[in-house]
Amino acid sequence: MSLRRPAKDQPESFEFNASSLEAANVIVAKYPEGKQQSAVMALLYIAQKQNNNWIPLAAMKYIAKFLDMPYIKVYEVATFYTMYNLAPVGKYFVQVCTTTPCMIRGANKLVEACKEKISENECELSNDKSCSWMEVECLGACVNAPMMQINDDYYEDLDKQKTLDILDKILNGETPKPGSYRGRVNNEPENNRKTLMDVKNA
Amino acid sequence: MLKDQDRIFQNLYNDKGTDVTSSQERGDWVNTKEITDKGRDWIINEIKESQLRGRGGAGFPTGLKWSFAPKEVGSRPHYLVINGDESEPGTCKDRDILRFEPHKLIEGCLIASYAVQAHICYIYIRGEYFVDGQKLQAAIDEAYEKRLLGKNAAGTGWDLDIYIHYGAGAYICGEETALLESIEGKKGQPRLKPPFPALIGLYGCPTIINNVETIAVVPTILRRGGKWFASLGREKNTGTKIFCISGNVNTPCNVEEEMNIPLKELIEIHAGGVIGGWENLQAVIPGGSSMPLIPKEKCETLTMDFDSLMAEKSGLGTAGIVVINKDQDIIKCMARIARFYKHESCGQCTPCREGSGWMWRMLERMAKGDATKDEVDMLGDVTNQIAGHTICAFGEGSSWPVQGLLRHFKKEIEKRNNLDPIVQKKNNIPYLVDQHLLDKKNA
Repeated sequence: MSLRRPAKDQPESFEFNASSLEAANVIVAKYPEGKQQSAVMALLYIAQKQNNNWIPLAAMKYIAKFLDMPYIKVYEVATFYTMYNLAPVGKYFVQVCTTTPCMIRGANKLVEACKEKISENECELSNDKSCSWMEVECLGACVNAPMMQINDDYYEDLDKQKTLDILDKILNGETPKPGSYRGRVNNEPENNRKTLMDVKNA
Repeated sequence: MLKDQDRIFQNLYNDKGTDVTSSQERGDWVNTKEITDKGRDWIINEIKESQLRGRGGAGFPTGLKWSFAPKEVGSRPHYLVINGDESEPGTCKDRDILRFEPHKLIEGCLIASYAVQAHICYIYIRGEYFVDGQKLQAAIDEAYEKRLLGKNAAGTGWDLDIYIHYGAGAYICGEETALLESIEGKKGQPRLKPPFPALIGLYGCPTIINNVETIAVVPTILRRGGKWFASLGREKNTGTKIFCISGNVNTPCNVEEEMNIPLKELIEIHAGGVIGGWENLQAVIPGGSSMPLIPKEKCETLTMDFDSLMAEKSGLGTAGIVVINKDQDIIKCMARIARFYKHESCGQCTPCREGSGWMWRMLERMAKGDATKDEVDMLGDVTNQIAGHTICAFGEGSSWPVQGLLRHFKKEIEKRNNLDPIVQKKNNIPYLVDQHLLDKKNA
């Protein structure tokens, strides 16, 4: 199990804004009547997005009322799943995969780069408060290892220098292009493709 | 090597588009109605004849699973749930299907829903794949627009709605009953079986759960016939499979190949060989991190399918091959996998919750040479007390890689760790420490 603690400084109240409310109602309609509790995970995402990438306790209480379920059940879900940030993480949230397939291809170099550019410790905001990083478990892009995720996007086939460049860009407020950084197409074997040759570059 | 025309996923590298029109050129959505017109029994029999086994790890025969769904729909509706919570380290095949072959999956959902009489299908995608999920959502929207989904989907007379449900970073939700709990809006903690989901599943209703890859190959099997699929590979291990080859190889890649392909061929031909040459190979994890590793000697002749890997006391799992060469510290690699399982244990069963952390702490010390001689056997003991003593298969998944390490690299561990078994004060060994105290401070 992983240890998860809510932040010490919590805002007093939380409410969905108009666009979140609309998105929430669309989600609730996906599930059968009376099973609106199913929407809790998606609603926590919406709250996280609205509240600068983290979920305050007030939002959990609000969602509990919204879905007519006990607050503790929302709290359980929010603390169980690791993608819900219970403390501020910065506008750019960098997640470096360090599980074995990435580790043996040099994920520690990416961690070094994050330490140099963002902050000495993980889950700590950078000097300008715009960015934080953490080590995470397998992100499911193992053939593109080592890789990292910044907000929703995957940055693949990295090394230390490329990571430093990407981090420089995001600290300057730019959005670097996601995908492979060794120039290969998706998951194909680089310069070694032996299958589906007739459709290549078709 | 498998012939190109026998590859099911023609767009694995996204050479062509992913929209309906280009998918139709590859044969999807062409004659869906003809398939469903042949009836449920024909579909299920054809899948049984193809001997398709689930691609999510356990390898359960798909046709058999479908036949467990009640024949008549009673007061409770049936559900189809697609498991796209791909989180096994070393595996990244479902992601490519979601983003590059979404219509194979959607059409498979329609046919499978028809076969098990479900009108609603939930696709559970891990939260990290948000961008890929958006691509699938776009494909679903396009299918609705072209009347391939919704009322009278694709002219088959069957109504089907597909919804995507995003996970949020819990590996355990790949376990089918934990996944159902998660869709119901609870913590993803597995349920006791029986009752099996085919009778009591999502919202207490009959539910069939299949992996993304399993469902995506179904339309092609039905078009080309179960016999064609069964002619590939070997008896009971038929068809094609997407292999993900990662780790210390020159060109890590995903590739669709025939079952029972030699491991050496996959590594040497498709993945461009081991970094430093074949002689530099140390071990291979053949099927995602939860399968025991296989040392180099056996890799020479090993073939990749469910049964031949079982014979080597490992397993095909999800076919995520992680190649580890001699430049890596094998104990450190396994310690990192143990940390993964420690992090992902759902905390429901004590042997797994406490044992996974225990294994991790021991392995970390063993990698540094800080363990005592007797701890090597103790580690084996701990794995045996986890495996088989938990509600779900996570217990096995977390202890098998450690058992594999002990089976093949025990000498290496013993060589490095020869401290006296008596606890000496200078060796401050934390036998019993609350594992959460060792966890991240700022979590």
